[in-house]
Amino acid sequence: MSNAPESTVSAPPRAEAAHDLRLQGLTKEYATFTAVKALDLVVPQGQFFALLGPSGCGKTTTLRMVAGLETPTSGSIHLGDSDITYEKPYKRPVNTVFQNYALFPHLDIAKNVAFGLERRGVKNTKQQVAEMLELVELTSQAHKKPAQMSGGQQQRVALARALINQPEVLLLDEPLGALDLKLRRGMQLELKRIQTEVGLTFVHVTHDQEEAMTMADTIAVMNGGVIEQMGAPTELYENPRTTFVANFLGQSNLIAGDIEGRDGDQVKVRVQGAVASVPADRAHAESGQGWLGIRPEKVLIAETGHPIDAPGDVITGGFVTDVSFVGVSTQYQVRMPWGQELMVFEQNTGARGMLPVGTKVDVSWRPEFAFLLDASQDAMAGIEGD
Amino acid sequence: MSTVRTARRWLGDHLVLGLGILVLVYTFVPIAVVVLMSFNDSSKSRNVYKFQKFTLDHWLHPGGWADGMGDSVILSLEIAAAATLVATVLGTLAAFALVRHRFAGRSAANVIIFLPMASPEIVMGSSLLSLFVASGFGGQLGFWTILIAHVMFCLSFVIVTVKARLSGLNDNLEQAAMDLYATEAQTFWRVTLPLVLPGIVGAALLSFSLSFDDFIITNLNAGQSVTFPMFVYGANQRGVPMEVNVIGTAMFVISILVVLGNELNRRRQEKALTL
Repeated sequence: MSNAPESTVSAPPRAEAAHDLRLQGLTKEYATFTAVKALDLVVPQGQFFALLGPSGCGKTTTLRMVAGLETPTSGSIHLGDSDITYEKPYKRPVNTVFQNYALFPHLDIAKNVAFGLERRGVKNTKQQVAEMLELVELTSQAHKKPAQMSGGQQQRVALARALINQPEVLLLDEPLGALDLKLRRGMQLELKRIQTEVGLTFVHVTHDQEEAMTMADTIAVMNGGVIEQMGAPTELYENPRTTFVANFLGQSNLIAGDIEGRDGDQVKVRVQGAVASVPADRAHAESGQGWLGIRPEKVLIAETGHPIDAPGDVITGGFVTDVSFVGVSTQYQVRMPWGQELMVFEQNTGARGMLPVGTKVDVSWRPEFAFLLDASQDAMAGIEGD
Repeated sequence: MSTVRTARRWLGDHLVLGLGILVLVYTFVPIAVVVLMSFNDSSKSRNVYKFQKFTLDHWLHPGGWADGMGDSVILSLEIAAAATLVATVLGTLAAFALVRHRFAGRSAANVIIFLPMASPEIVMGSSLLSLFVASGFGGQLGFWTILIAHVMFCLSFVIVTVKARLSGLNDNLEQAAMDLYATEAQTFWRVTLPLVLPGIVGAALLSFSLSFDDFIITNLNAGQSVTFPMFVYGANQRGVPMEVNVIGTAMFVISILVVLGNELNRRRQEKALTL
């Protein structure tokens, strides 16, 4: 179930392909801007799929087009064999958990949950409503009105109200955005549990990269109306293809370098006098200038002259400009000879004390953890709070 | 010294309460007089404004009511009911159009709606009369012209009231309903209307009392017809018959019951919910 499709357009034929959600060339233009640009996407049946991106990247517009709440400018949406591009929202086997839940304030919880079934003419909804309320652990609250419930409870009602219809695809529009951090973490696990239990396709829209990585089988990172990269969370994190993905999913050190060329299954890069190597399958640029990328927790650090544990490519001549102790790790800022500050996160194993500010240090990383990106991209793309 | 301070403190503690009671007295004394007078047996005296003797006659024998009063009450009720119905339906539709659709002249329409509320009744009444006469209906003044006049001034109040309720409505709710298999019509009847209904009911009650109450505009456009306020005004030249107080008291009691019923219903619901 967690196999990420190799390509964005065609998934390998599988038995359950009949209910995949396929978006082809999906475009939404408004008077002044294009929200979604020719999006191609396949969400295999039964997957927990996340659309991740900053606000305004087009992820919610994409979701609303799938729900039928926005009409695409061009392109198509298929669910299995049926074309639902222009189908009315109430004729699609798709349900949505809205960002602010959109519970009906004049109906009690049980009636909110039964709403979809009743509209489809299901006669006896009592049993199903009871089961669904049990699933989201709200059985005792069945006769309360939405306004009398906490945010977390309302969120669960919204989920139950959508799930009871057993849609082929469940759309979640930042469903945890209004909850506080602790509740959000709890609900993430809960959502994942429910998805595994009911086995439906979930398409989850979020701007929270940690949330996407925690829950999703596959993440599509969106930026400016297009998908920057799509794959399993580990794949996106370990081998980003663009500076945007490298910065938006976690943090990255991006060092300018000259690509010397391919040497076997390695690509050699000259970085500020030293030569570093990157595995060919992690090199997304082959010649000219490039950004050599390395995640902060993959960078090893030691006082100059002291041995580095399990070293790879070594760069010397740095000094510590800032130290933050965050419990599980220590985060260093290291100023390199060429003026750039690198982030280094060291696991707090207790093997060595903290290096104080001003310490002269060497840094190193295993070549297999490095990645190489095209230098034409903005090294600051996707940095949050920018 | 200390007595002054004590007196001051006592005044400080009780001033708001005292003023509040005075305001209530000021508001309700006239109504209390009306209620009282509805039980006044004035048959032995020519002074109708002095309480003589307690009687239930006016309440128990509507057959003995003054000439024309019963008809005027019925006419007023008919007009109020019809005007409320027409103004509420039209006004609600207009409010939906103004809130939900963008069209040329929308902001102008939003301003113009307030004009009937802002214009003096005498201006509206006389201009309406001119219009009726100019368009050849001068000879047919009566029920229909009164109704048209009442719908005209009720409409603004309905639009403003329903608009306020509708603007506060989260349109995500309608999208959620459509997402949950409700067609456009089902969405309207199951979600939109129930949520806007308190506004519509409020607008209807307001329309009814505005219409039942109106004298100036009605008087100008009534022709030979006599509504209840016109009857009271006319009767007042000779002294108001006691039965007018019966109608006044009845209207007051009905309004109080509507408000109380509404409040009780709300409390009952809240109580049921907190269990």
